[in-house]
Amino acid sequence: MDEARIPRRGLSPRLWLAGGWLLLALLAAIFAPMVAPQDPLAQDLMLERLPPFWLDGAEPGYWLGTDSLGRDLLSRLIFGGRIAFIVAFAAATSACLIGSALGLIAGYFGGWADRIISRVVDVWMAFPPVLFAILLVAVLGTGLSSVILAIAIIDWTRFCRVIRAEAMSQARMDYVESARIAGYGRIGIMLREVLPNVLPSVVALLSLEMGIAVIVEAILSFVNLSISTDDPTWGSIIAEGRLSIHQAWWVLVFPLITLILTVLSFSQFGEALKAHFDPVLR
Amino acid sequence: MLLQRFLVRLSTMLVTLFGVAVVVFVVIRVAPGDPIAMMLPPGASDDDIARLRALYGLDKGIVQQFFIWLGGVLHGNFGTSISLRQDVLGLVFNRLPATLELATVALLMAIAIGTTAAILGARWRGAAIEAGIDIVSGATLSIPDFLWGLVLILLFGVLVPVFDISGRVSPQLDLPFATQFYLAESILRLRFDLTWDLIKHMLMPAVALALPLAAIIAQLLKQSLKEVLDLDYVVLARVKGFSETQVILREALKNAALPTLTLVGVQFTFLIGGTVIVERLFSYEGLGNMAIDAVINRDLPLIQGIVLVFALLFVLINLAVDMMYALLNPRLRHG
Repeated sequence: MDEARIPRRGLSPRLWLAGGWLLLALLAAIFAPMVAPQDPLAQDLMLERLPPFWLDGAEPGYWLGTDSLGRDLLSRLIFGGRIAFIVAFAAATSACLIGSALGLIAGYFGGWADRIISRVVDVWMAFPPVLFAILLVAVLGTGLSSVILAIAIIDWTRFCRVIRAEAMSQARMDYVESARIAGYGRIGIMLREVLPNVLPSVVALLSLEMGIAVIVEAILSFVNLSISTDDPTWGSIIAEGRLSIHQAWWVLVFPLITLILTVLSFSQFGEALKAHFDPVLR
Repeated sequence: MLLQRFLVRLSTMLVTLFGVAVVVFVVIRVAPGDPIAMMLPPGASDDDIARLRALYGLDKGIVQQFFIWLGGVLHGNFGTSISLRQDVLGLVFNRLPATLELATVALLMAIAIGTTAAILGARWRGAAIEAGIDIVSGATLSIPDFLWGLVLILLFGVLVPVFDISGRVSPQLDLPFATQFYLAESILRLRFDLTWDLIKHMLMPAVALALPLAAIIAQLLKQSLKEVLDLDYVVLARVKGFSETQVILREALKNAALPTLTLVGVQFTFLIGGTVIVERLFSYEGLGNMAIDAVINRDLPLIQGIVLVFALLFVLINLAVDMMYALLNPRLRHG
């Protein structure tokens, strides 16, 4: 829809910007124990609601200030990134595998397989996704694997719909016909000929879905239904920030900026990657 | 032709709803915890449990249980809320109007903002305005309603506190309403003081819901406007001496709107889905907020009722959009 109008050569600056932020956040999360200036769980009521470093009353070592229990905000954000990235990668990859496989089958084979898969997608689309996620986590029990499972169960339809449509149009093309004449089997054609051609869309969607997974996890921990331990998550920091918004705005502002940058980066990264791989657009 | 299309869609819709019922039933039954044990006070005897189990058909096979449950749902018997001890259907219908008003206001805002941006972008296509609209709509689109809500709370609830950031209406006000459609009723009763109070509460959650959809409308409508503007009949209008703005408003808009309409229908269901968390964020007393409470309280009958009502709403909207599309599209109308 919007890829067509922007001509691109080489790696675009937005790919660098988006990729740069994601890499920075990912590395910080991986090396959190080394990077974080404080213990993210350490409470100190003498240090409660310290403002960020440029304001009066800030303490050195607490760059972004502290929350109402005196916990260091920057360290909590860095450690919260761990949960965010684990959920992003695990949930998005699972949703992608299920959705792409079903979409490819429905789009390429058509017929009964398509009819059944499309009906299931229709049913799935009739649920409000956030409510569905909250319900699933409540049923599965809180915890990291439940969150990942819930997101995968809900969001596979995003992949399925797009890949189905793409596989359908690919299946009508001449190269598929020639492969058939050359004697390839249907499954062989699907995997060897059709799959590589829908891959740019899969990659773009995968990146987009990682951003969505990060948001869903944040929403779940915002309503206190994500992982049940004390480990900080971006959503739980936001929930604290929403409560103390009039006393300590920074507890809401910094996780919000982190989330916005991450989500924007995932979607921009995906689109730029798609444009980079797509031979027609390139 | 139209009737045939309607009947086909209607049957698909029923199949979808049946599927929804199956999924809801399976998810709720998978839930750990005995639904009967939750209905009874602690210390109930085994006999009581067995009797209630038989009453609700829980001693029968799972397929039989499903049809007993479905029969109840079809008769409007959604059960009793465990946490609120009231009839589920009554609770749901009591909250639904608040959510519908919020979603409708958000939809109208999205259409107004999106259409304006699209017209501006098409009018000055290729110029800085179009590039600006592309960048802003691209970014707006990528940020979900949950984050927009938080941004708005910070901007207009804390930084420049002009709007209320929680509730549906100021609690101290005396409300003369007979229905739960507060906004509509306040206008009909000419109580504009109440209308203003309601708007002040509704504005920020509505904007949070509207922004992503407005961006989608802006992008898609601008694209189809630009395509239509190259067509012969538009060129003819230009030759006749209409200004570019007149050409867009009088000639192009009507024909470019059709593809956008279909998309708005699907996106409107996403918007309604978004009310769940946005209502929570703004403590707005709608269906979504109640749904989250229900999940936290493990109030399974209430959750079930809310999910089914949402699903029915989504399916009905899709049907309505599909029919509207068929009515407006001359190719289908006379096909």
